[in-house]
Amino acid sequence: MGWLHNRFEENLAITSVDWVLNWARSSSIWPMTFGLACCAIEMMAAGASRFDLDRFGAGAFRATPRQSDLMVVAGTVTFKMASRIRRLYNQMPDPKYVLAMGACTIGGGPYFKYGYHVVKGVDLIVPVDVYIPGCPPRPEALIEGLMRLQDKMKRETIAKKAE
Amino acid sequence: MSDTDIHSQREAPPGTAPAAARELRTEEMLVNMGPQHPSTHGVLRLMLRTDGELILEAIPHIGYLHRCAEKIGENVTPVQFVPMTDRLDYLTGMNNNHGFSLAVEKLCGLEVPERGHYIRVIMCELNRIASHLVSFGCYGMDIGAFTPFLYGFREREYILDLFEATCGARLTYNYLTIGGASLDLPEGFVERLAWFLDYFEPKIDEYNNLLSFNYIFIKRTANVGVISAADALAYGLTGPCLRGSGVKWDLRRCVPYEIYDRFEFDIPVGVPGGNAGIPPEVVVGDSWSRYYVRMLEMKQSVRILRQCLKQLAGGEFRAKVPRTLKLPAGEVYLEVEGVRGQLGFLVVGENKPIPRRVKIRGPSFCNLCIVPHVCRQVLLADVPAIVGSIDVVMGEVDR
Repeated sequence: MGWLHNRFEENLAITSVDWVLNWARSSSIWPMTFGLACCAIEMMAAGASRFDLDRFGAGAFRATPRQSDLMVVAGTVTFKMASRIRRLYNQMPDPKYVLAMGACTIGGGPYFKYGYHVVKGVDLIVPVDVYIPGCPPRPEALIEGLMRLQDKMKRETIAKKAE
Repeated sequence: MSDTDIHSQREAPPGTAPAAARELRTEEMLVNMGPQHPSTHGVLRLMLRTDGELILEAIPHIGYLHRCAEKIGENVTPVQFVPMTDRLDYLTGMNNNHGFSLAVEKLCGLEVPERGHYIRVIMCELNRIASHLVSFGCYGMDIGAFTPFLYGFREREYILDLFEATCGARLTYNYLTIGGASLDLPEGFVERLAWFLDYFEPKIDEYNNLLSFNYIFIKRTANVGVISAADALAYGLTGPCLRGSGVKWDLRRCVPYEIYDRFEFDIPVGVPGGNAGIPPEVVVGDSWSRYYVRMLEMKQSVRILRQCLKQLAGGEFRAKVPRTLKLPAGEVYLEVEGVRGQLGFLVVGENKPIPRRVKIRGPSFCNLCIVPHVCRQVLLADVPAIVGSIDVVMGEVDR
């Protein structure tokens, strides 16, 4: 994770710093505009007027990985695209998170059996924090996944890991 | 130096350019646009050979979303393949279901009941409006206006609610299937649709005031990426791209399929600037014309839908289709007017439940072919305006 992590011994002050850091991080997630396929339309719908992802602090879609800290892999990952996804992930600054949206990113989805050009799960390429099932998942499901990710972020600490 | 000066000096082919222009020539640079780029509508990658702000050549690279749809078609039965057609052009699932079902029905000689025909037309036209709303919003976003996106998606949600009430899905419907529709229209659908049409029709004028006749928008899109009618025909463009170039060709009217011959509607085409409310800067076949044809098409879809509601017949919504549908030997090629152009399905049967070959003609793929031709001697900022106006969906290009 970021340069702050694993630096300090655990004590009261760190817990407060943890709380402030996690609160700030989890309530201002900047996702990357990264639509691959059908799920991208539902991701756009989640960001648009009716569902309004901004209510959860995650509405500032950035067009470049260098400004974003959440990659929503929305759609089928193919072998030709896989190396690009890895490169985009590497370009994102720490701490970074990945949401796997849709059946295709979880395990190939409807293209599992005959899709000779489809990667059977994006977790083969980048580490995934939250999986959102569905083909495509509804915007509500995406928002639910985002909230679970926020829960996960709130449990982080900058204290040294136990040996 | 203004933009027009750069154009006039660079338009001469290499070797014949005046000495002054040759001296101005700077170092060429290759720029990758995509596959991750907000205005390439998915995973299109454009290799741009640039000379300063000027594009000398744009080479599209595709295949980042190749999902083997045709191979799947050779391995599953037609009924199982219908959900795969949803995911070709994922903005127009109903139209894709419809095209494939028509091809299989023609091969097997199935008759669709009267109500089934009307349900199909209603769903296809609703989906056409929904898809044009997305392209309207995203085109605004490509140009740099965020508000149209919110307006377009606001009205689109009403259509998705209707779809959801009908078949339970928002995007990948699997609703129109071989023999008709898989379910009947739900209770109260007709009233809800009638309400939506009354609500939606005035909104098109709102969009026009918001974006179409916006001075900045016209400056960015009018006379940019002009495709002549001859070029459009030579490259095999179809749909709004062809009609934007002034060619009056629409399969719904010219080669009527389904029951489209029962409805009255016009085919909107691109018209030169200065006529009836069209801004004077507009040239037939430019990005603005292609965009505006979509806006007019939404109005025509509303007209068709109103007539559908008046004529809607009762009775069965799906023909009796055997559980294992055996495809007779032979082949059928059938094109429908999809949202982005002519969507064709070739189905080859060999006396088995599984077809021997399924070939798909995606309109986005053919429309994309004109990008290298148009994106020549244009400015860098014009590329999103041109690609956005052609409105490709990569799921259909790569299939």
